[in-house]
Amino acid sequence: MKRLVDKLVEGMLKMSGAVTSITVLLIILFLFKEGAGLFSSSTIEKGYTLLVNSQNPIEELSPETMKKVFDGQIENWKDLGAKNEQIRIFRFDEIFSIYSDEELGADFALLPQKIAEVIASDATIIAYIPQKYVPKDYSSVKELKHRNISWSDYFLGKEWLPTATPAPLFGILPLLLGTLLVSIIAILIAIPLGVGVAIYLAEIANERTRKILKPAIELLAGIPSVVYGFFGLVVLVPIVQKMGGLALGETAFTGSLILAVMALPTIISIAEDAMRNTPKAMRDASLALGATHWQTIYRVVLPYASSGISAAIVLGIGRAIGETMAVLMVTGNAAVIPNSMFESVRTIPATIAAELGEAPGGGTHYQSLFLLGCVLFIITLIISILTEAIASRKVIKE
Amino acid sequence: MKKLVLTTLTYALLTSSSFAQKIKGSDTVLPLTQKALEAYKKERPAASLSITGGGSGVGISALLNGTTDIAQSSRRIKFDERQKFAEAGKQLKEVIIAYDALSIVVHPENKVTKLTREQLEGIFTGKIKNWKEVGGEDLKIIPYSRETSSGTYEFFKESVLKNKNYMNGILSMPATGGIIQSVSQTKGAISYVGFAYVNSKVKAVQVSYDKGKTYIAPTFENAKNKSYPIVRPLFYYYTQINAEGKSFIDFVLSPKGQKVVADVGYLPIK
Repeated sequence: MKRLVDKLVEGMLKMSGAVTSITVLLIILFLFKEGAGLFSSSTIEKGYTLLVNSQNPIEELSPETMKKVFDGQIENWKDLGAKNEQIRIFRFDEIFSIYSDEELGADFALLPQKIAEVIASDATIIAYIPQKYVPKDYSSVKELKHRNISWSDYFLGKEWLPTATPAPLFGILPLLLGTLLVSIIAILIAIPLGVGVAIYLAEIANERTRKILKPAIELLAGIPSVVYGFFGLVVLVPIVQKMGGLALGETAFTGSLILAVMALPTIISIAEDAMRNTPKAMRDASLALGATHWQTIYRVVLPYASSGISAAIVLGIGRAIGETMAVLMVTGNAAVIPNSMFESVRTIPATIAAELGEAPGGGTHYQSLFLLGCVLFIITLIISILTEAIASRKVIKE
Repeated sequence: MKKLVLTTLTYALLTSSSFAQKIKGSDTVLPLTQKALEAYKKERPAASLSITGGGSGVGISALLNGTTDIAQSSRRIKFDERQKFAEAGKQLKEVIIAYDALSIVVHPENKVTKLTREQLEGIFTGKIKNWKEVGGEDLKIIPYSRETSSGTYEFFKESVLKNKNYMNGILSMPATGGIIQSVSQTKGAISYVGFAYVNSKVKAVQVSYDKGKTYIAPTFENAKNKSYPIVRPLFYYYTQINAEGKSFIDFVLSPKGQKVVADVGYLPIK
């Protein structure tokens, strides 16, 4: 009977382990499946196309060029290699101010014909029209070719403008560099501070101080990140701005400060536990050999606890890289490639948090955000593997 | 016996879902609908309506799928969305329930008090970079915008930027509260917020849509008499509703409902 219960419990534990692993795998699969769809989508917004007069020699425009044309940064066809003529932009809605509803016929049956008339009348026009109303069989109208979004558009693009029309831009370089910058500075602040405090708590502080300090630090982990974010916006942002004499206080550095504070409780608490797990016999042996207290900490406790400390650091980094709300509120969210840590940046998690809510399901914007999730996943995966490797190498050396 | 329970349950579920009117959509309109429903329920405690946010686009597509009865929207329905309703053979009804004025706000110490639409376009598309170019002191302009998915972001882009894209790398804030906070503590800042959010921590500037001939301040009066140019309507859309839904919409349009509109910080339709 007892054996049966043991078997049952064992089976159940095995089951829950398997279910957890499968769930994690399924989530990752889902993430990559949704994200990969982006590369089979057209560079022009879904359901729309660009039309020009058939005398126009231009056959194709890159997404960046389309944006420049429609923003008025490129105003002449000659800049695109055609005749020296002013570009005329024609947006679909303008058709309704040229023709009355009666002229367009019932159910807009005559709409394609009217669009064709407008385009035929002006050789300098570029029209942004729903695919549905493209006039077919008109010799005066030419549709510009468009290709699919490519890997290089996404991974090497320098502009993140996911709702731009007619061609959204999905360059993640600014987001990627922003995330790395904010996380690296945060880690540089948090690791020495966290490990230092852990050493103090585990080795130096007396029992009474420790009993007060440790729960106080662990309490920090329980504060919701939105609160950290608002604290950062109201308190830290003006401080950073005044101290640095900056035009604005929402910078990568401010984000790093907040993240460092948020990662500290994790790092301190886990590193401290690891250090306290050093067997008393080892400490005593070290002291008996004539080593000082500091030498014992440095030569015995830290190496013994190294794998625990690296676990603490990985968890801390994980928190720093994946954190959304606090960063969303204090970094200014400007999607530009950062030149210094005193500039605004936009991080990957903040982008996902801010934009996923209203990105139309299944569209390119939605897919691009899922792909951002994949990128984030890969970054954390690499960091975990690296830290594991470092930790295990140390142990072998000893 | 089992069958009886099952049929009763199904019946109960069906009837309750056909009576409870669902309202879904814009987060801008959400607080207004909630306050209006509170007032409405004082008169009719038995009313069963449920409200959710999610964004204008979400509300309109829910109306198309039939998962909501009324869609609340902070923008007029787009042409292709209207086409989808026509394809599905649904007759769409549109009701304007209130107006929302967008105010351009700067830091209170900023000397600039008025801007034209062209200047605003230059500032938000990145062509104008210093306050001295628009009559202020020698100070870098720092424009803040809302997130790309916000209806307010879209409206501002359409109305003020004439469909041009915002400058590359504009600072964006997840909520209007964040914008007020940032503008109040950054000297060179400029941004746009709903009329109801303007307070003493920021300064609203006058705006001209006729190339500088007349500048209009964003006041309640100017928005109401439509002389202030950056005003957008807020909508309810529906295809078919029952008596409950109809009477709620009528309530929102009634003097009592419009008083709620003004209390929440939007402009009444009359």
